[in-house]
Amino acid sequence: MGRGKKISPVRPRKRSYGKRSNGVRFSIPQEEIMSPGHVACQGCGATLAMRYALKALGRNTIVVIPACCWSVIDGPFPYSSLGVPLFHTAFETAASTASGIAAGLEMEGNKDTNVLAWAGDGGTADIGIQALSGAVERRDKIIYVCYDNEAYMNTGIQRSSSTPYGAWTTTTPVEEFKSRPKKNMVEIIAAHDIPYAASANISYPEDFVGKLKKAKGIPGAKYIQVLSPCPAGWKYSSEMTIRLGKLAFETCVYPLYEVEGGKYIVKKPARKRPVEEYLKHQGRFKHLTKTGIEQIQHDVDLAWEKLLRKESI
Amino acid sequence: MGGGFIRRGWVKLVITGNHAVSYGAKLARAEVIAAYPITPQTEVVEKLSTMVANKELKAKFIKVESEHSAMAACIGASAVGARSFTATSSQGLALMHEMLHWAANARLPVVMANINRAMGPPWNIWSDQTDSLAQRDTGWLQFYCENNQEILDTIIQSYKVCEKVLLPGMVVLDAFILSHTSEPVEIPPQKLIDEYLPAYNPKYKLDVKDPHTFGGLTSPDLYYELRYKIQNSMEDALSEIKRADSSFKRKFGRGYGLVEEYRARDADTLLIVSGSMSSTAKVAVDMMREKGERAGLLRIRVFRPFPKDEIRRVVRRGVKRIGVIDRNISFGSEGIFFQEVKSALCNEKRKVPIYGFVAGLGGRDVTVEDIINIKKSIKSNNRLKDIIWVGVKK
Repeated sequence: MGRGKKISPVRPRKRSYGKRSNGVRFSIPQEEIMSPGHVACQGCGATLAMRYALKALGRNTIVVIPACCWSVIDGPFPYSSLGVPLFHTAFETAASTASGIAAGLEMEGNKDTNVLAWAGDGGTADIGIQALSGAVERRDKIIYVCYDNEAYMNTGIQRSSSTPYGAWTTTTPVEEFKSRPKKNMVEIIAAHDIPYAASANISYPEDFVGKLKKAKGIPGAKYIQVLSPCPAGWKYSSEMTIRLGKLAFETCVYPLYEVEGGKYIVKKPARKRPVEEYLKHQGRFKHLTKTGIEQIQHDVDLAWEKLLRKESI
Repeated sequence: MGGGFIRRGWVKLVITGNHAVSYGAKLARAEVIAAYPITPQTEVVEKLSTMVANKELKAKFIKVESEHSAMAACIGASAVGARSFTATSSQGLALMHEMLHWAANARLPVVMANINRAMGPPWNIWSDQTDSLAQRDTGWLQFYCENNQEILDTIIQSYKVCEKVLLPGMVVLDAFILSHTSEPVEIPPQKLIDEYLPAYNPKYKLDVKDPHTFGGLTSPDLYYELRYKIQNSMEDALSEIKRADSSFKRKFGRGYGLVEEYRARDADTLLIVSGSMSSTAKVAVDMMREKGERAGLLRIRVFRPFPKDEIRRVVRRGVKRIGVIDRNISFGSEGIFFQEVKSALCNEKRKVPIYGFVAGLGGRDVTVEDIINIKKSIKSNNRLKDIIWVGVKK
């Protein structure tokens, strides 16, 4: 179980985006570029992720979306909820299509438009990993965001390589739940010596917006993976989305960190909670026995320890 | 005007078919090139890399990690309004297949060169048209070239046509027979090309000042009409190709048409071929004509859209029998040009027997003698068969 080790608390964000008449400060940009009327499920984390991403990047952004939940969420033709140009592309081509757009913009002499590739975890860690690796190795000028809901949620909750150990999905039934660890895409991308890679979480919008703003100012390829809880796929009640995101961070199941020019910067929770607190709210882990949970705790502790060591280098 | 003299500002170079592709893309001012190497296409991208590196060509060259990504990058670049180009062969083209549909259905005028190479296994790098013909239903215009000058000219012409009808185009040439054979090729001055082919300026593109969504979920209620429009544009492409070809001829002295007739005016036996095999067939026709035989040739240059009317027009003149020679095969059916020719002629009032020959798969040489024998077998053959194999070893 959790070690209850004392770790330094999260540093407060200083940035302000204006004040209300009552003196309340806005900690993320106020402008809503994504409009309501999209067709996401109630409590969808991926939708919040897009809302924050567009707040961070602004209207001077072109979005590329491969097959994923967001191919549907944006709305059926002729409707669109984004407010910025959007190009839908094939499943494995988010990065390569974005590279082409970035090259086309460069030929136009346009140097400041953000090209945002926006893919799910299947489109990133499975079918799209080759194109992503290529774009990152070439340092193409794109911001790649993987909204990680840890399975093929749009297709009907099938296992992806980003599904965590122990989870039920429609292709890993409880009798044979996923017995392989989650593919660590942030580390895989960081191993390309990418200028900037980070993990994020929709429950920490200031952090996510800050990372996107930082990515925007860095030349070359950037990768951000944002945990996006999914009520339908994780089997929890939709009002729990933000709470689960927070628990993922507080239990260190989903650490928040940056790799900038090879340097690790890890955000630490005030108190490291036991993983059970995160797992117990989710139907996809309901079948786990005490041993299964202990296994997950052991793996999380080890991964956290490794991450802190990387930071200390 | 490819005669013995060179005009001022015009250059004549002895170059391979591959380099003719590179010069074509350069003259067309391709802005984004995304390509992956594959034999026998490799020289195309090597030459273009050099042209971009030494600033002869102002373009971004994305050295992608696969052909699938090459086509995706061309699609992205085209969607933002850049003229984009790629080249491939065989397995590479097959890997692109998904994105070939995407380019056409997104109405993006990407132009590519495909160097016809046999599909494996077994590994074979020689000429065979099955790779490009297997992409016939993807919505790409397809041009089959006979020589290196035509390759260069067709790259330029195809941008003109494709940007007009908003469909992508594939310029196809035979592996080695054209790709690695040097021929004299006239390189017109850039200024004249710029007059012929102005910069690409699409009505709709990804633009932050005018945001639109491209390719979003579309119900059966609307999807059907989008496909109907693609077919209409393909049909429009027939006249656009003719128009682009005749204005090219006025400016540069060379034109090719949708099909090329060779001594076909009074022919009773018409051979139908495509690609570089046409040159061989022309020699065979000349030899047969010398013996008093009324043999003629029809070379199909444009395969998509398929020039049905042109073929009917030639056949209606009194052709008595037709032999179609295919360097390709649709397994379980027959040669692919043969299928298309039959389908173009099946509703004609006057029935003309059509014989389908499959020859030269995987780069096996098809000689003048082979073609004379093909013509002989048409005359003596009373029974129509779906496939007549040429020189198969049993």
